[in-house]
Amino acid sequence: MDLPRRYKFGLLWTAGLLVFALVPLLMTSRYQMNLAGHILVWGLFAVSFNMLWGVTGMLSFGQALYYGIGAYSVGLLVTRVGAAWFFPALGIGLATAALISLLVGLLVIRMTGVYFTMLTLAFAQLAYQVTLKWRDLTGGDDGIQGIIPPGLLADKTFYYYVVLAVVFVSIWVLKRMAYSPFGLVLRCIQQNPERVRFIGRSVRMNQLRIYVISSLFAAAAGALMAGMDSSIHPDMLYWTTSGEVILMSVLGGINRFFGPFIGAIVLILLEDVIGAKTEFWPIVIGSVILVIVILFPRGVVGEAQHLWSRFRGDSSQRSPA
Amino acid sequence: MDFAFLATQMVSGFSLATLLFLNASGLTLIFGVGRIFNFAHGSFYMLGAYFGYQLSAVWGLPFWPAILVAGAAAGIVGSASEYLFLRRIYGRPHEGGFQILLTYCLILIFDDLVKMIWGSEYKSIAKPPGFLGAVQIGDVFIPTYNLAIIAVGLLVVLAAWWILSRTRAGRIARASAVDREILGCLGVNVPLTLTVVFGLATALGGMTGALAAPLRSVTPGAGIEIIIDSLIVVVLGGMGNFWGAWFGAILLGEVNAFAVAFVPEWSSLFSYIVMVLTLIFRPEGLFAPARIRKA
Repeated sequence: MDLPRRYKFGLLWTAGLLVFALVPLLMTSRYQMNLAGHILVWGLFAVSFNMLWGVTGMLSFGQALYYGIGAYSVGLLVTRVGAAWFFPALGIGLATAALISLLVGLLVIRMTGVYFTMLTLAFAQLAYQVTLKWRDLTGGDDGIQGIIPPGLLADKTFYYYVVLAVVFVSIWVLKRMAYSPFGLVLRCIQQNPERVRFIGRSVRMNQLRIYVISSLFAAAAGALMAGMDSSIHPDMLYWTTSGEVILMSVLGGINRFFGPFIGAIVLILLEDVIGAKTEFWPIVIGSVILVIVILFPRGVVGEAQHLWSRFRGDSSQRSPA
Repeated sequence: MDFAFLATQMVSGFSLATLLFLNASGLTLIFGVGRIFNFAHGSFYMLGAYFGYQLSAVWGLPFWPAILVAGAAAGIVGSASEYLFLRRIYGRPHEGGFQILLTYCLILIFDDLVKMIWGSEYKSIAKPPGFLGAVQIGDVFIPTYNLAIIAVGLLVVLAAWWILSRTRAGRIARASAVDREILGCLGVNVPLTLTVVFGLATALGGMTGALAAPLRSVTPGAGIEIIIDSLIVVVLGGMGNFWGAWFGAILLGEVNAFAVAFVPEWSSLFSYIVMVLTLIFRPEGLFAPARIRKA
């Protein structure tokens, strides 16, 4: 394939869209479509998370907070106020996530390294406890069931295509962002914050920006998930949810834009296949990730590209680990 | 609000604080010496509790030896984990993130292993003979086992302080926190030091788990609950600050004990509120000397 790079990319992009668009037509059961929908939503969540970690170097262990805000905005408004509120609820969820991520972000970006990670974890756990205890509003650990989106959206196949469209547009936006001058500044922040200051850019301001943006897309993912599963539960805010996107990112490769998305595909399929055979799937996932972390830190996508460039005898494309 | 009630809450807060401190001291030891953030520390606490259950309730070993053996066994598992896995990612870019991730994998693996071996139902260990009753001071009844825990905690604090500040082994451990390369040049086997310290830290965690088992029942999820509380303690005291962790534990233990007494429904929120407030106003910990904050 000696096509110019941008055409090659367009080709892959279209192929990916086609595969997901064909799922409802080729599926043998509704279950498979649901699985594909889960992959799309988690893929968006993981890609948005990796804008923080892989690109900017801020390992947040609390993105579940925003995922939960999106899910609970849709869940609460649709069941309490009315199904027609689905889209307004989406907007309200995004606005709430923006506001809270701005306030939390102002506090957490003052920290670096492990402290940043732990403070984000603490905020998310705080939100989880509030969700769990505030039974009158959130239904406590029962969660909320019967979230039926209005009109055509109630049809699962139609809803799937809406999810597909939203996820692809979101990821396209994020990708443009990652390779824009703003994305470049973010990469600089990870590699050398000192020099970012030298060239007259503010480290804090850009960190805050990407924190809010990443949280917005996490909230969008949560809102989409609420409509797809028709039920939500406080575990969506638990730290294991934040852990899940970290696992996906590493599995796919944190230094590649599409790594987390591929990671989401692999992890969800693995969980599905192994979960059907044994209740002890965490031990299998844990072992797989352990091996990847130790032996293949570039992740699935990074290792594949590395192998491909070795195969072509091209050493210039070798990627940093 | 009468005095007896307050005093009872105080003591219960102290024994909780001691358990938290014992567990957190392992966490802070390995962070202080090796700059390793062991997210799976709670899993070693859980392993210790299950080892203690197996030794004392199933195999009938007397209580106190069982606790020591359980701690040692957890320490051996800890050293093995460091030697086999953690050691391979030292010095890599993004190391902090990968440490958290790798130890997260260990949590998943240990949780499931425990479920496979012991099942997921609650287990408990009986209190040791001689510590079943309560001591009466005025109107206040204090369970003797709680007092025993506090005593053991004080003993461990003193022993750890003595080892770290007065012995050659402690000096090596502290030196490896400052400069590993120079220490290696002086002829010290640094990788071995880290493995040993990791083993000691996880042994502390395991012993705490076994010690706590008669008060809190043993479940596969126990590791997660304790790790978050221990993290809060460590953050309160300042990462890698041994004495700070002790004060942090007492603060958190008392806050928890009184929150449970006054607002039982919302008690679980208070730990996080304390942590968030601390990280916002004193990110280096409450008891760390004031330093210029890193940008």
